[in-house]
Amino acid sequence: MIGLVSYLVFFLILSLIFGIAVLGLNLQWGFTGLFNAGVAGFIGIGAYTMAILTGPSRDAVFGGFELPFVIGLIGAMVVSGIAALAVGIVTHKLKHEYLAVATFGIAVTIQLVCLNWEYLTGGTLGLIGIPNPTKDLAEGPLAQNALFLCIVISLGLITFIAIENIVKSPWGRMLKAIREDEIASSSLGKDPARIRLEAFVLGCMAMGLSGALYVSFIGYVSPWDFLPILTFQIWTMLIVGGSANNRGALLGALIVWGVWTMSGYVISNVVPSEIQAQGGAMQAILIGLILVVMLLLRPRGLIGEELQVSRHARSLND
Amino acid sequence: MASAAGHILQVKDLVAGYIRDLPILHGVSVYVDRGEIVTIIGPNGAGKSTLIKAVAGLVSVSQGSIELNGKNIVNVPAYQRATQGVGYVPQTGNVFTTLSIHENLIMGGASLHRGKAERRIEELYEIYPVLKSRRREKAGVLSGGQRQILAVARALLTQPDLILLDEPTAGLSPKAAAELFALIRDLSGDGVAVLIVEQNAKAALRNSDRGYVLAEGENRIDGAAHTLLADKEIGEIFLGMRRDTPLEKEEA
Ligand SMILES: Nc1ncnc2c1ncn2[C@@H]1O[C@H](COP(=O)(O)OP(=O)(O)OP(=O)(O)O)[C@@H](O)[C@H]1O
Ligand SMILES: [Mg+2]
Repeated sequence: MIGLVSYLVFFLILSLIFGIAVLGLNLQWGFTGLFNAGVAGFIGIGAYTMAILTGPSRDAVFGGFELPFVIGLIGAMVVSGIAALAVGIVTHKLKHEYLAVATFGIAVTIQLVCLNWEYLTGGTLGLIGIPNPTKDLAEGPLAQNALFLCIVISLGLITFIAIENIVKSPWGRMLKAIREDEIASSSLGKDPARIRLEAFVLGCMAMGLSGALYVSFIGYVSPWDFLPILTFQIWTMLIVGGSANNRGALLGALIVWGVWTMSGYVISNVVPSEIQAQGGAMQAILIGLILVVMLLLRPRGLIGEELQVSRHARSLND
Repeated sequence: MASAAGHILQVKDLVAGYIRDLPILHGVSVYVDRGEIVTIIGPNGAGKSTLIKAVAGLVSVSQGSIELNGKNIVNVPAYQRATQGVGYVPQTGNVFTTLSIHENLIMGGASLHRGKAERRIEELYEIYPVLKSRRREKAGVLSGGQRQILAVARALLTQPDLILLDEPTAGLSPKAAAELFALIRDLSGDGVAVLIVEQNAKAALRNSDRGYVLAEGENRIDGAAHTLLADKEIGEIFLGMRRDTPLEKEEA
């Protein structure tokens, strides 16, 4: 029973951490129509920033400033935001497929930098010993994880509420207008390029926050955590849950992460050991399958954007 | 031409297009005065929408000038032209279908004082009860004609000096088109300058003060709307009607 509870806590923590990144992607794709194919890169930036700011100092590696957790969180968001600003300015008007290709390339580049710039990132070995903020606050792993879950829930809730308010504000209406029609939205008196850039930066900050929480929880960071498959997972979470719906984004994170971990369990217990090495690939195929089935059967996701149906239209259907 | 001082919009010898060195407009000139309704007609592909888009700031201009209240705005980006008094209703995609009807209207009024925008929206709702009763629904549920009305209404809410309408009555029933023209005439009564592109040449000219005929990216004929309506050549050459039949006499 305790085992199950600790597992559930562990599971919820990771789903919610991903959920925060999905909320960021939802702001970009769901509400603004920005195709960010480099999600893993921005999560990675947040993760490494957290590791460098709060981790222990060590020889021949930059950082290890042993700063407080909160500073690490803020730092991670700021650095991801600055990276997003740079990427956004370079990719200029951040349009459509160009943005997708550019961000994909940038994420791969970020991963390669993490792999090779040993002085900054510890190279292939990554950075270890990143302190978990709950270590000194609670006794035993279950209590610590429960506390960490509370932290993640609070931050997830703050992100959720912030983004909900943003998309309901006049600025948020502009996002949707731009998503729908760039030309028509330019007649509204606000610079669409600038608003897109702002949405991109804000979304990437949420991704940075997600990465920061991830390393604090896991305790180490390595370049192998930020491969393109992560981007793919986050996207699947959004599509499954329902793009342009923040509750959908969180639901998608729970479901897809659930399927991912369960399939990992099944593979390691049921699949013959000779082909266990391909387990990761099988999981990826499974996620791909879910994505395809979802797009075919429920392209708007489990709970997609709320569309108010005409009272009139409804009565006609009755 | 009238004295330059009175023009809200004056386009002079405009050369513009979508691709560099491949102009669609080859030196077009038009002007619109305060409170005036001016219609541009011409065959498909004449460059009517391109002219409207050039004034809205959406196509690149290589020569000539576009003056708004006497100030050249050729180098002003589209979104700033909107704040400087240019309202634009595109030919297609002119309402935000995933936003509610009310939100569409609020966005139009973004640059207006809050209370004033609300009052104007209420006025609009008076004229168009359909919009009022369905204001919380997504604009995507509206019919084509209702969308056109919403789009024009949204553009109006910014209280522009100049409003650009690209085929506002396309797809509308004659009755809905007449209602929309009534709205447009109301507008011009407020002193707004209106530039319309229309396929529905007859109805548009009947509701206009002046008209231009554009073909192959050039001015062909212009003059008072009633003169154009009576002009046999226009019906024949540009609007594909029976020879010797002026627009006015063409029966539906
Ligand atoms: N986005 C575009 N890119 C390149 N060429 C374009 C574009 N839009 C229009 N054109 C070209 O410009 C020319 C004029 O088109 P425009 O849309 O201005 O015609 P129009 O007079 O509005 O016609 P219609 O009555 O059919 O709306 C056409 O030859 C068209 O092919
Ligand atoms: Mg056109």
